[in-house]
Amino acid sequence: MTTTEQRLTPRAMGVPLDRLDGPAKVTGTARYAFEHPQTQPLYLHPVQATVAAGRITAIETGAAEAVPGVLAVLTHLNAPRLADTSDGELAILQSGGVAFRGQIIGGVVATSPETARHAASLVRTAYDEQPHDVVLRAGHEGLYAPDSVNGGYDTDQVQGDVEAALASADVTVDQTYTTPTLHNNPMEPHSTIAVWDDGQLTLYDSTQGVHMVRKSVAPLFGLDPEQVRVISPHVGGGFGSKGNAHAHVVLAAMAARQLPGRPVKLALTRQQMFFLAGYRTPTLQRVRLGADRDGRFSAISVEAISQTARIKEFTEQTAVAARMMYAAPNRRTTHRVTRLDVPVPSWMRAPGECPGMFAAEVAMDELAEACGLDPVELRVRNEPETDPETGHPFSSRNLVACLREGARRIGWERRDPTPGARRENGALVGLGVSASVYPVFRMPGSAARVRAEAGGRYTVSIGAADLGTGTWTALTQIAADALEVPVEHVDLRIGDTALPPATVAGGSSGITCWGSAIVHAARELRGQHGRSPAEGAEAVGETGDNPDTERYAMYAFGAQFAEVRVDADTGEVRAPRLVGVFAAGRIINPKTARSQLLGGMTMGLSMALYEQSHVDPSIGQVANHDFAEYHIATNADIGSLDVSWLDEDDPHVNAMGSKGIGEIGIVGTAAAVANAAYNATGVRIRDLPVTLDAFLS
Amino acid sequence: MRPFDYRRADDIDGAVAMLALNPSAAFLGGGTNLVDHLRLGVTAPDLLVDVTRLGLDRIEPLADGGVRVGGTVRNSDLAADRLVRERYPVLAQALLSGASGQLRNLATTGGNLLQRTRCVYFQDVTTPCGKREPGSGCSALRGYQRYHAILGASSACIATHPSDMAVAMAALDAVVRVRGRDGERAVPLTDFHRLPGDEPQRDTVLQHGELITAVDLPPLPEGMRSRYRKVRDRASYAFALVSVAAVLDVRDGTVADVRIALGGVAHKPWRASVAERELRGAPATADSFRRAADAELAAAEPVEGNAFKVPLVRGTLVAVLRELSEETAR
Ligand SMILES: Cc1cc2nc3c(=O)[nH]c(=O)nc-3n(C[C@H](O)[C@H](O)[C@H](O)COP(=O)(O)OP(=O)(O)OC[C@H]3O[C@@H](n4cnc5c(N)ncnc54)[C@H](O)[C@@H]3O)c2cc1C
Ligand code: SF4
Repeated sequence: MTTTEQRLTPRAMGVPLDRLDGPAKVTGTARYAFEHPQTQPLYLHPVQATVAAGRITAIETGAAEAVPGVLAVLTHLNAPRLADTSDGELAILQSGGVAFRGQIIGGVVATSPETARHAASLVRTAYDEQPHDVVLRAGHEGLYAPDSVNGGYDTDQVQGDVEAALASADVTVDQTYTTPTLHNNPMEPHSTIAVWDDGQLTLYDSTQGVHMVRKSVAPLFGLDPEQVRVISPHVGGGFGSKGNAHAHVVLAAMAARQLPGRPVKLALTRQQMFFLAGYRTPTLQRVRLGADRDGRFSAISVEAISQTARIKEFTEQTAVAARMMYAAPNRRTTHRVTRLDVPVPSWMRAPGECPGMFAAEVAMDELAEACGLDPVELRVRNEPETDPETGHPFSSRNLVACLREGARRIGWERRDPTPGARRENGALVGLGVSASVYPVFRMPGSAARVRAEAGGRYTVSIGAADLGTGTWTALTQIAADALEVPVEHVDLRIGDTALPPATVAGGSSGITCWGSAIVHAARELRGQHGRSPAEGAEAVGETGDNPDTERYAMYAFGAQFAEVRVDADTGEVRAPRLVGVFAAGRIINPKTARSQLLGGMTMGLSMALYEQSHVDPSIGQVANHDFAEYHIATNADIGSLDVSWLDEDDPHVNAMGSKGIGEIGIVGTAAAVANAAYNATGVRIRDLPVTLDAFLS
Repeated sequence: MRPFDYRRADDIDGAVAMLALNPSAAFLGGGTNLVDHLRLGVTAPDLLVDVTRLGLDRIEPLADGGVRVGGTVRNSDLAADRLVRERYPVLAQALLSGASGQLRNLATTGGNLLQRTRCVYFQDVTTPCGKREPGSGCSALRGYQRYHAILGASSACIATHPSDMAVAMAALDAVVRVRGRDGERAVPLTDFHRLPGDEPQRDTVLQHGELITAVDLPPLPEGMRSRYRKVRDRASYAFALVSVAAVLDVRDGTVADVRIALGGVAHKPWRASVAERELRGAPATADSFRRAADAELAAAEPVEGNAFKVPLVRGTLVAVLRELSEETAR
């Protein structure tokens, strides 16, 4: 039997090293996708559908073509036929069909971005418009059970007899919780430069995975993967929305193919991102909990529904966290999805866990109240011995310690369990808690190459991505420890398909997957070439399997606490204090990790109180599609954000002992805030976001 | 964005003349609203006349104890001005609650008054909007209504005027000075913006080519205290759901004088004259404040998406009057 992976001795790991890419970023020399210098670039502006369902009957491009500086106008009538149309999101301009409002139905290439945009506005389209349906609702006639849900999870899981257990439970909660459509909105818009030269396509793309983009784009154009090169050294945020290539990348490649040798640049506008860059589906979750008087679960049931697009199936794995958080002899989790005339939903920071834990952890608060128990205590009582889903032991699970430490930090003992009891300076004040969780994913497919250079230096190459998360720095620290050299001796190269393949920067898996590949490559180099390899000596390593993955359930855990203040006159809701305590294995770089957790919690607060894409059923699109109207937390909305973690030693997860911290910070924040708002006011909010309307009488 | 010409005017008459000659020309102040609209295709003038170098950027005391604010004074400068902060705290507070520091550094007095509604349909040229395209209908009537009007709206348009500054100026009885081809005229701020009626495309009473040269603020009588309270979903960088500008004088427990303007509730800064009448001479108590708010709100006609604004205006107005009366009681 294989034994647990040999662990690295931390020397550089655990040090709060400044970002290695920091100087380049603050001096403006770090190149983002749109900024790679090109000679005589052209600019591409998409033309978008203005109906949500139907078919184009005529498209008039003469006026656009007549604008001086316009080189090409692409429509379904003249665009190249794609070799592979199996991905409905990417198969643009192949027919006159319209599957959602805002879909790409054309593109204008011109010598300046302003000219392209102006000419695009002159393209006139006539449609055979069909009735559309853009609103997810309970009991929607189109709901069906997909084969599996995002992440490859089972659609349904049933254990025991939930109905019988609920019928005989002392205490039950039966409520429906909803989360709205949410848009990722990274700071850097989705952008691409496409150059088609000599049968070779080069894409400078803002992406979470260069190899993913190549894999999606090459077959569309009938190219071998080697004929496509994707370059992406720096990315200004992604939050999942840059995990897949979206339709604009295909449009750019099509335009480049029409104009061989000319670089074609495309940056989506902020408004376009609300249609073309993915988003978090709205969710409706019926949660039923059954427990005895002491709060011990007898039944957990979560029925989650979400939406997908006509042209592509994506099912948010909303209910999966409920499968492993707390034990109960009778459990059922189901997912149903319906196809609507909407843009294609995709990953947004912690898909599944984020909306799922909002519902489950507010339901926990309701159960605690029904049982007359402290919400922290209720969670402690239901802490499982082993993973309720698989029966495996947890590689480490320190939720209880996180809850206790968080309670200490927020001053939980001062919480009055009676809602609406605490008033300060004209505000109703309350405290709330939620658990956080995120799985440790290990995906196959990454490889790293380590090369010995002169003077004891090493070059480490892997096609990984740094979304501003700290990949450059953390991977360098791992490589240094794997090679047993100082970090200054390591030169890392990432973000290019010319480098060894890397899996997507998603599922908080980057450090596990890429870090393990680097460790294996370093060990291979040392094994073959010893401590003093000749210049030019090289070795390659892969992520490889970890046999412990089959024997242990691997998750990061956390506890989040919120203080909420509701203005007694106006109902305005603010959360001036958040506390997050996490147990996520070894923290490779405390500085960049802290930023990740702060960012996650900020985004969670934003989801709790502000973010909502308002879908207008009449026109069939999101109405508030810019930053003045789609509210994201500002600096003034953040008071004290207290982030910390426990020193957790997990011998099973990987050689580094790390678990991944990119997403757990957003999981549970919204529930903690909603629970605190209830404690402050006695008004239970089950539909996000929590806004002042709810508190006005 | 349609190509356009840009000219910088050197004097007021020249600026006015350039617009008089060209029905498709527009004045350019800070550009923080107009340039967005050019990009979005909401408007497409073929000439922009920059009016920021006309010498209209001064704030001057008037002989009667009031203050004259030039038409191109930047919002930041106005908010920071010592005279304004001393005499009209309500105006400084309103300005500082608006937009962001960067935007306020560019935004001008005239441009702020003439900024257009933030109705999402108005700004999205792919959707019907009678304000942008007369006769095309109103998407908001069945759409997203959180920022829309509860007072004075029509079946043609339920948009609100988004300015914070204008609400404070309405409570201060400000007067807008305007220069056109036929000379100068003065329009009380409360008559400057219009209700939509069946001409939602007309925000104000201004004619094409009329330039805002100044806003005059009359002196506030001794003893008046003023305050601006803006209610919004997030703490900064958001338009008002509802705002209240109030000026109050309480003597011997009785309301001696009061002026109230509401923001976020109508197509124009809404002078709450019904509430004012109710309050003058009434005891300065929470009861009177509530009664006054209810009297003003009797005319409210909310739609489904903004019904919460009725209790919100009530709660906010009562709170502002309570705070001011505690401050002025003597
Ligand atoms: C993201 C965002 C958030 C904002 N938040 C707020 C907020 O919370 N509260 C708030 O009050 N405002 C807010 N604003 C709006 C801001 O206050 C206005 O954009 C600004 O005041 C407009 O002034 P300007 O000088 O830039 O006008 P411009 O954009 O230059 O012009 C606006 C209009 O006025 C006309 N014009 C300009 N000057 C004159 C003149 N002297 N005489 C005649 N016509 C003239 C122009 O032709 C144009 O039609 C926000 C804006 C943005 C972009
Ligand atoms: S409310 Fe007014 S601005 Fe908004 S869509 Fe209707 S007509 Fe246009």
